[in-house]
Order: sequence, then C-alpha cells, then structure tokens
Amino acid sequence: MFDNPALLKAIFGRLTLESLPLHEPIVVATFVVVALGGITLVGALSFFRLWGYLWREWFTSVDHKRIGVMYMVLGIVMLLRGFSDAIMMRLQQAMAFGGSEGYLNSHHYDQIFTAHGVIMIFFVAMPLVTGLMNFVVPLQIGARDVSFPFLNNFSFWMTAGGAVIVMMSLFVGEFARTGWLAYPPLSGIGYSPDVGVDYYIWALQVAGVGTLLSGVNLVCTIVKMRAPGMTMMRMPIFTWTALCTNVLIVAAFPVLTAVLALLSLDRYVGTNFFTNDFGGNPMMYVNLIWIWGHPEVYILILPAFGIFSEVTSTFCGKRLFGYTSMVYATIVITILSYLVWLHHFFTMGSGASVNSFFGITTMIISIPTGAKIFNWLFTMYRGRIRFELPMMWTVAFMLTFTVGGMTGVLLAVPPADFVLHNSLFLVAHFHNVIIGGVLFGLFAGISYWFPKAFGFRLDPFWGKMSFWFWVVGFWFAFMPLYVLGLMGVTRRLRVFDDPSLQIWFIIAAFGAFLILLGIVSFLIQIFVSVRRREQLRDDTGDPWDGRTLEWATASPPPAYNFAFTPVIHDGDAWADMKQRGYQRPLTGFRDIHMPRNTGAGVILAGLSVVLAVALIWYIWWLAIVSFVALIGYAIAHTFNYDRDFHIASGDVTHVEDERTRLLAANTQAG
Amino acid sequence: MDLAHDVSDDTIFHLEDDHGHAESGNSTMLGFWIYLMSDCLIFAMLFAVYGVLGGNYAAGPAPKDLFDLPLVALNTTMLLLSSITYGFAMLEMAKGRVRSMQMWLVITGLFGLAFLGIELYEFAHLIHEGATPQRSGFLSSFFTLVGTHGLHVTFGLVWLVVLMVQVSRHGLIVANQRRLMCLSMFWHFLDVIWIGVFTFVYLMGMLR
Repeated sequence: MFDNPALLKAIFGRLTLESLPLHEPIVVATFVVVALGGITLVGALSFFRLWGYLWREWFTSVDHKRIGVMYMVLGIVMLLRGFSDAIMMRLQQAMAFGGSEGYLNSHHYDQIFTAHGVIMIFFVAMPLVTGLMNFVVPLQIGARDVSFPFLNNFSFWMTAGGAVIVMMSLFVGEFARTGWLAYPPLSGIGYSPDVGVDYYIWALQVAGVGTLLSGVNLVCTIVKMRAPGMTMMRMPIFTWTALCTNVLIVAAFPVLTAVLALLSLDRYVGTNFFTNDFGGNPMMYVNLIWIWGHPEVYILILPAFGIFSEVTSTFCGKRLFGYTSMVYATIVITILSYLVWLHHFFTMGSGASVNSFFGITTMIISIPTGAKIFNWLFTMYRGRIRFELPMMWTVAFMLTFTVGGMTGVLLAVPPADFVLHNSLFLVAHFHNVIIGGVLFGLFAGISYWFPKAFGFRLDPFWGKMSFWFWVVGFWFAFMPLYVLGLMGVTRRLRVFDDPSLQIWFIIAAFGAFLILLGIVSFLIQIFVSVRRREQLRDDTGDPWDGRTLEWATASPPPAYNFAFTPVIHDGDAWADMKQRGYQRPLTGFRDIHMPRNTGAGVILAGLSVVLAVALIWYIWWLAIVSFVALIGYAIAHTFNYDRDFHIASGDVTHVEDERTRLLAANTQAG
Repeated sequence: MDLAHDVSDDTIFHLEDDHGHAESGNSTMLGFWIYLMSDCLIFAMLFAVYGVLGGNYAAGPAPKDLFDLPLVALNTTMLLLSSITYGFAMLEMAKGRVRSMQMWLVITGLFGLAFLGIELYEFAHLIHEGATPQRSGFLSSFFTLVGTHGLHVTFGLVWLVVLMVQVSRHGLIVANQRRLMCLSMFWHFLDVIWIGVFTFVYLMGMLR
C-alpha cells in the first residue's frame, strides 16, 4: 500500500521523507543536539517525577504570576534560537569574501535571516514584554489576578504554540526565505511554492490570537481592576505604558491577522489580493503589514520605557520627575505610532507630499521620546543613585538608545532614506533601538523584578559580566553596520566581492561573539543565583526600597497577591504607605475568591497547532478533524460553570503568619 | 498633596471586607466590547482592501453585471429583522421569561439561517456565472469581505444554539445572562457591519 502515491498524498499531504532536511549537515547536527537536549530534559523531568507538578502547578495555572514566568522562560529559550541564527549570519558574512561562498548555501541562509527576525520579534521580545506585564501589572494595581485568568493561560499557550510551529520548521520542511515580513509577490505561491511561507503564516496566526487576547485581557484588567483610590493619574508609570501597549496590541494585531489571512487566501485558494496580475496589488500588502508593523515596535518599546521609569525612580530614591508629562508622552507616542507606517517604504513612489507627511510625523515622535529621556535625567539629577544592575542597564539604555533615535530621525528624511533604504544602516538603526531599548529594558526589568518573583536576588557579579559583554558587544556588532550601510552595502547579502569591506564584518562578528558571552553570562547568572539562593534571599518583599504596590506584598507573592485589597492615596503608593507608617494587618483574614486551574488552554492551543501543521502540509483530513475537535472542545468547555473556589481564611492566616514571622526575624537580624 | 500627613490620621490602607473580585461581569462586557472593536478593525481592513481593489475587474465582470439588488435587499431585511427579534429576546430575558425568550431566539436563528441561505445562493450563482474569487482583484475582495461577514453570522448561529441549550439546562443564571448579552452585542455588531457592506459594496457598486 505504500507504493500508492495517491493514497500517501491523501494521508500525508505534501509531507514526504524528502521533507526532512537530511542533506543539510548543519541542520542535522542542530537536530541531534536539540534532540539530545530534549531527551535529557524529558528524562530528567520523568526521573524526578516532575510532570505532575508542572502540569498541576504551572501548565494549567491561571495565576498571572506563573503565566508571566512561563512567558519569560519561553522568551529566553527562543532568544537562544534567535541568537544562534544571528551569530551564524555574522559568521557567514565575515567569511564570504574573495571568492569564498562561506559555509551557508543561499537556500539555508535566506531561511536564517527570516527566522532570526520572526523569532526575535514574535517569540523573544513579545513573550518577554507580555510576561513582564502579566507578572507586574496586577501586582502594581493591587489586584488579585487579571480580568480573565483562563483566557490568560490560553493566550500563553497560543504564543507557545506559535513558537512550536516555528521550531518545527527547522527540522521538518523549511522556513520562509522571504525576510521577516514576507512581502509578496516573493511570498506568493508562484515564487514560494514550498511550506516555508505557510509555516510563517500559521506560526504568526496562532501566536497572534494569543497576543490579541492577552491585549484585551490586560486593557480590561487595568481599566477595571485597579485598587480603590488608584485614579488613572496615580497609576504606576509601568502600568501606564502597559495600558498603552495593550491598546496598541488590540488596535494593531487584527490588521496582521487579516493581512496574513489574505496572503493565505492568495496561496491556498488562488485569489488575487497581492498578485501582479488579475487586479492584485502587492504594495497593498506592504502598506497593510506596516500598519501593524509600526505600532508593533512601539508595543515593544513602551513597556521598556515603563521599566526604565520604575527603575530610575526606585534607584534614585525619588519620585519620577515629570510624571504627568511622562504619561502624556506615552499617549502621544501611542497615537503617533499609527501615523508613520509609510516611512518603511518611502521608495514606493507615493510622491513628495505623502513622503513629507510621513517624514514629518516620524520626526515628531522624537519629541515625546526626548521628553522621556529628559525626565529620566532630571529624576537622576540630585537623586541618591544606587548603581545596582537595573540602573546600570538604564544608563546604558539612555546612551545607546539616543544614538539609535538620532539615526532614526536621519532615516525619517525621505531623500536620505532613498539612499539608506534597505541598507545595513537601517539594520544597524533598528537593532540599535530594539537591543539598546527593548532588550536592555527587559534585562533591567528581569533583574529588577526577579526577587519579587522568586524571593531571592540575581547574582550581581554574573549580572555585571552579562551587562558589560552585552553593551560592549552591541557597540562592536552594530557600529560597523552603520559604516557599511553608509558605504552602500544592502541587507540580506550572503557573499561579497569588495575585500575592503571584510574588516567591518569581522569587527561585527567579534561583537556578536561578545554578545554570545553576554548571553552565556546571563544563563550562568541564573544558575549561580539559584544555587546561592540562601545568601541572596530577601524576606522583606521589598529588596530595593521600592515605591509601587508590588513591593508591598511578600516575595514570591502568595497566590492571592494581597490578603486585603489595598487602598491608595497617592502615586508611588508603597512609598507613601511606608512614609506614613503603614502597619501590615495581622488578623481578620477572610476567605478569598479565586479562579480554578484548568487544562483547557493547553488542549485548545495543542489542537490549534495540529490544525496549523495540517494546513501547512495540506493534510486536509487532519485539518478537518482538528478543526472540529477545536470547536467541539471550546464549546464543551463553556458547559463547565464551576470555575472558581475560595482560599479558606485559615489558609490565608497561615500564609500571612509565616510572613509576619519572617519579617520579624528580618527586623531583628537587621 | 498635603505633606503633613502622619500616622495619627485615620487613613485606611486596605479594605477590611472586600468582595470586589467576584464581580467580573462588568469586566466581561468591557472585554467583549474591546474584542468587538478589534474585530471591527478586521472588517475596516477588509473594507479598505475592497476600496483599493474594488475597481480592478481585470477585464472580468463588474458589480453592475453581477449584483441582484432586490435579492440583497431581501437578505438585508432578514438580518435586520433578526436583530429586532434578538432585541425582543433580551427584553424577555430582563423580565425573566425563559420560554418566550427561547422562542424569540429560535426566530432570530431562523432569520439568521435565511440570511445565510440567500447569501450562499448568491455566491453559488456568481460562481456558476464564472465570477469566482479567483477571477479578479474586485471579486477576491468582494467574496472575502462578504464571506467574512457570513462566517461571523455562522459562528453567531452556532453560539446561539449552544446558549439555548445552556439556558434550557441551567436557566437564566447570571453567567448565562452575561453570555446572552455578549451574543447580543455580537449580533447587533454584525448588523452594523452588514449595513456598511450593503451600502459600500452593493449600493455604491451599482453606481460605479
């Protein structure tokens, strides 16, 4: 029966043994390493009997703090994949001179630069940003959870499902060779008949559902669940930036969903949205995807701005300078981010008036951003600055990001952009703002809130190692790209003719190597911190002398966050409470109403992944089965009305008494 | 802010008795509303795409050759009537009358089915005439815009049936009332979208 091609096609679609990239030694070696690592991990989890624990306490958890931590783990794991792609590209470009082809063929190289961009934005930056917001926002506003805890769990698993689909493309079939935004007609069925673009589409669609729903969830949480007394203008600034970011998510991600759906229709059904003939319009895709894509970069950077604000104010021991202007700057950036998308393709030829409009709106964004920089500087001015790790990242950010911002203004000038468009100058610019802004912010946030999540600090020595390697590595890796871009080198090239360029690529590769050391140091930092957790432990719940509500509760916070809902009288609520001699209540605890854990999120996301894979490989029967199962299971889930329970007051008392004991012991020891 | 505050004032820093968290009903309505706005953006995009491609006939048929306005008017009537009957169902729900509410929901569902039936008939007719989604940019965007709306109506009908089963099992408990309110918003939202489709696609199409 296995000789019957029609039958095989009916069962496996276009998936055949040839789909496995056995002819690519690099991929095979990677697969062996990943497989060995995976088997070791699965073996270890089974040996230590951790599956049940993970399932009950983490995978099915609706606790925003655990979901936040899972997002962070996902982001860090995917960072390793995205960075492997990066260093492979740097190596290839440093080698491929003087007739050398380097070590990557074009088929492979094109997949790598596409995967690098997709993974770094969607599966590193987005999970890390969403994870921090998930963890921090409910604590900062004095809530017990988000508005829709089950939806939160489901959102996480959809994001993880998207990551699974991208990872699968490495070993089964191939990934897109189109660049990270998959412009047609290249991404159309004519030029990309293989599964690569389909992997791209479905990974983003599955993850996009998760992102959109978590956006709805967090907007709702911030609007509806703030503690009494916390007016909008008393919200911590991170919560403000989270609100704006999630508004952007809700307003931008539907566009991505729709434009990818149209591309899928072109590829699967043969419609003519983005084709070159029959009335299609490829430039419409470019417009539409950037209407999502530009807000997307602000979705990433706004929370980072929020982190820097919290860190600056905490480590300078004073109220943030210009809180109100910071809020308005954030809102203005939110609105302006919708009015600039065309600057990504000034060369489209839309004419001088249109280009000037978008050039000017783009330059205007630097005004609120500049206001923020000054606010941070004035917060530091005459502050009692403690140069702990989060503050170091913040200062490095201000220096690095300002350069990236200025090259951004440069690119916003249409005539300059005509020269620099699609060059390495652009690549240097956006890495300058995304690494120097988003990633530095995330590292600041991770080292700032890690003690809150786990009850002990991160090891400062390895943190500083990671910091210096990252910062120095960044400058080495990307300053040469500015130079090369100005000399006219375009992006996404695999081999070069002019030998005088090679030295710049070697410097850039050296920078990438330093960043590698930075990532390794970061992993060592986590490992060392876990081993030294007793020395690094913080029993107070407030290791940095924090100013916002998350520092008012224990570290790690109990499942219910706050035994009593806090009442807020001022911005920087916790600093205000400390100043006014707030006494933590010791008695009178009551039952606390909480949502119940559920496995529905994992199952629904799992079915979505199966559906996506079936669609990628044209396995129609499986697509139908998994779609019906998905809808059926979702409906069945709505028949479960029993979704919450009460934490008994006795248990609350027990937890709170333990904290009282720790706090007392700490006061005596101190 | 008065900086003279000190410990002696009787400022409270926490609620002794809070029952705030259980009241997630309001959050649900807001959350669903936000979701609807995101859905609205998808339609906005599809309208924009139709705006760009709607004139690209690629030497194929144009709206005037294809659209049967009386049929579409009938279809529009079906959907508008279903919105009214859903409103009647909500009024019955407010009075706590389960049986008559269910009856209005059945009528709503039947109007919805009639709408879908007419739409499918129209699509089949167009495809039979060779006006397929693959024929031109205009037809691609037409089928996608109208079809996406139709898919939403289909989903709404499935949801309607599920809710009727749930109400018959558990009665008008708070959770079910909340769900019916969400579907109500969804259903009326689809009506609003359809008015846009009817105006911009069909009526304006005949004027092109």
